[in-house]
Amino acid sequence: MNKILLLGDEAIALGAIDGGLSGVFAYPGTPSTEITEYIQASKEAKALGIKSEWSTNEKTAMETGIGMSYAGKKAMVCMKHVGLNVAADAFMNSAITGTNGGLVVVSADDPSMHSSQNEQDSRFYGKFAMIPILEPTNQQEAYNMAYYGLTLSEKFGTPVMIRVTTRLAHSRSGVERKERIPQNKMHLPGDHNQFILLPAMARKSYSGLLGKQSAFESDSETAGFNTFYDGDDKSLGIIACGLTYNYLIENFEEGKVPYPVLKIGQYPTPSAMVNSLYEAVDEILVLEEGAPLVEEMLRGLLNKGKKIRGRMEGSLPRAGELNPNLVAQALGMPVSEGYEIPSVIKGRPPVLCDGCPHIDSFEALNDAMKPFGRGHVFSDIGCYTLSALKPLESIDSCVDMGASITMAVGAAESGLSPAIAVIGDSTFTHSGMTGLLDAVVKQVAITVFILDNATVGMTGGQRSAALGRIEDICKGIGVEEAHIRVVKPLRRLHDENLAIYEEEIAYNGVSVIIPRRECVQTLSKRMKLKAFEKRNKK
Amino acid sequence: MHNHKQMKKDIILGGVGGQGILTIATTIGTAALLEGLYLKQSEVHGMSQRGGDVQAHLRISSKPIASDLIAAGKADMVISVEPMESLRYVNMLNKESGWLITSMNPFKNIPDYPTIEDLLKEIWKLPRYITIDAEKTAKDAGSIRAANIIILGAAAPFIGLKYESFEQAIRAIFAKKGDDIINMNLKALKMGFDYAQKHQ
Repeated sequence: MNKILLLGDEAIALGAIDGGLSGVFAYPGTPSTEITEYIQASKEAKALGIKSEWSTNEKTAMETGIGMSYAGKKAMVCMKHVGLNVAADAFMNSAITGTNGGLVVVSADDPSMHSSQNEQDSRFYGKFAMIPILEPTNQQEAYNMAYYGLTLSEKFGTPVMIRVTTRLAHSRSGVERKERIPQNKMHLPGDHNQFILLPAMARKSYSGLLGKQSAFESDSETAGFNTFYDGDDKSLGIIACGLTYNYLIENFEEGKVPYPVLKIGQYPTPSAMVNSLYEAVDEILVLEEGAPLVEEMLRGLLNKGKKIRGRMEGSLPRAGELNPNLVAQALGMPVSEGYEIPSVIKGRPPVLCDGCPHIDSFEALNDAMKPFGRGHVFSDIGCYTLSALKPLESIDSCVDMGASITMAVGAAESGLSPAIAVIGDSTFTHSGMTGLLDAVVKQVAITVFILDNATVGMTGGQRSAALGRIEDICKGIGVEEAHIRVVKPLRRLHDENLAIYEEEIAYNGVSVIIPRRECVQTLSKRMKLKAFEKRNKK
Repeated sequence: MHNHKQMKKDIILGGVGGQGILTIATTIGTAALLEGLYLKQSEVHGMSQRGGDVQAHLRISSKPIASDLIAAGKADMVISVEPMESLRYVNMLNKESGWLITSMNPFKNIPDYPTIEDLLKEIWKLPRYITIDAEKTAKDAGSIRAANIIILGAAAPFIGLKYESFEQAIRAIFAKKGDDIINMNLKALKMGFDYAQKHQ
């Protein structure tokens, strides 16, 4: 059979398509974006009528997924790890309602924080919600788990989480397809109370979830994603979760590990398998990407049994991504080294692109803020967060999606004046609108800059839900029309824009300034496409 | 498709976000698949793409590949489209056998960028390297935009794949862009390849 070269993310997408998916719901976020993009670009998915338009945020995506599951079809919801915080209310409660059509939730973690504000481990969320978690080792497993996950979800009537990390999400390898499962027909849940979480009904549903736990665990033991490989040297047993298994076998000739190894790809953690490993060996080393979830369970509070080594105990670093060298070190094997990196090398942090509209927006803002000094500008998550770095150094915060506006409100309530919020167009519709309503209701004096580059820039130019709607939204929320100002961020308009900035910053109420100019990346992509089409017409 | 008895090449690709190291990776990857080899290619997406340093790990082998990441000190090659970026990954290079292939054209988007002399001095200390003025060579081939393919050509003698496989890969990857672009890139490949043959 032919293998197709796919990113881990794309393998999840294709696995879900072949597994009978009817809709993917997501908000872009590195390293999860390519899952939805693959489905959007897939001709097959289009022919099958699979829904794939972006959602406004992860919570709306999650709830839409629950709605599709309610109506009996198979749905997948995708997000980056911190997106799951946004979706958490819906996610946690979806475990209580259970599913009708299969429901898979993909959370893509970013250990080492390549493109994120933290490295939280989504497995804790899966455990918290008490649902099965699948964690692929490689691209083929990513495909298999998405395919299997939709079926597993229907089998147990519960959502299933797939946890993937950056390295697998963004690494390509060959994947073999399975036979496509047809989509479900729409059908309502048999029990009309299933999705009503009124206390009396929720208690019943919750005890139903508790009752399923042992079945989840026995599926972990038998589904084939947790595998025991015996080894002759019983001085050590190794538990390798997800892609850490690759880093382990990379260190041995032909991948032959002398120690017994339990490879974990499905949770709840298979306690019988862990127990038989524990009984057979002198000590255990736990390899896991992210936080020491399995290690902590094994050690327990008192840590009285055999020695358990890992990220918590210190054989491996507590933070950051693992790699083959770190695993070699933990195994006491010689660690290969290359040349020393010469001191002449300088750091090269990411920067805003040449011609980026944000540069002009921030240069005017920096001038407007000169009389007040640093400490007044609350920002948000997107390309514009790079304005924290040299040479701009314009902003003073970046916490979570939407926090710019609400932090400005809180600081204004403490007496900070002026209090400025800077947020992108897509982040504004993702999580900024409710904060703006707070500002209007509380009647605080803040100035909100909604940097409108007409796209979700940082993740590669996806459609922004805010497109063409920002002024109407602000008006609808109650911002006075006279204080909604649209400017074009261009160097030649600097003085004109600065005057508007100063005026609105001086206004004692809620004002919104919308610097509007298209992202240079999407603009150049559009121009190239245009030229290409023109050439082909000739 | 033909059978390699035993082959394994671990390649680090380095450059600056937007310089298109993934085109090089895709071309080598396509050539490797044409020869029926296994492949893993770890890429960089997201924030770090914006003008910052970027790297990709490309692994090709006649046997299944485990790790998506190459271990430090185990890379057979560092291929870079920028001289300072090539040195950023020398810790990954195998000291017994590793080759460093890089463009000599600096990409200066930071205030404290070192002098090109200092960079070349460090590169030329290595036992195995190819440094090439990729921009000038690309211009000679027809367009400065083929600088990537010049570097690929310069790396080609050390990768262990057939030269024809690279040609075939370029034809496949640039198929949509028309014959002129394909031929220009084939010329760039050849010029890079010849340069490396002469200067190794």
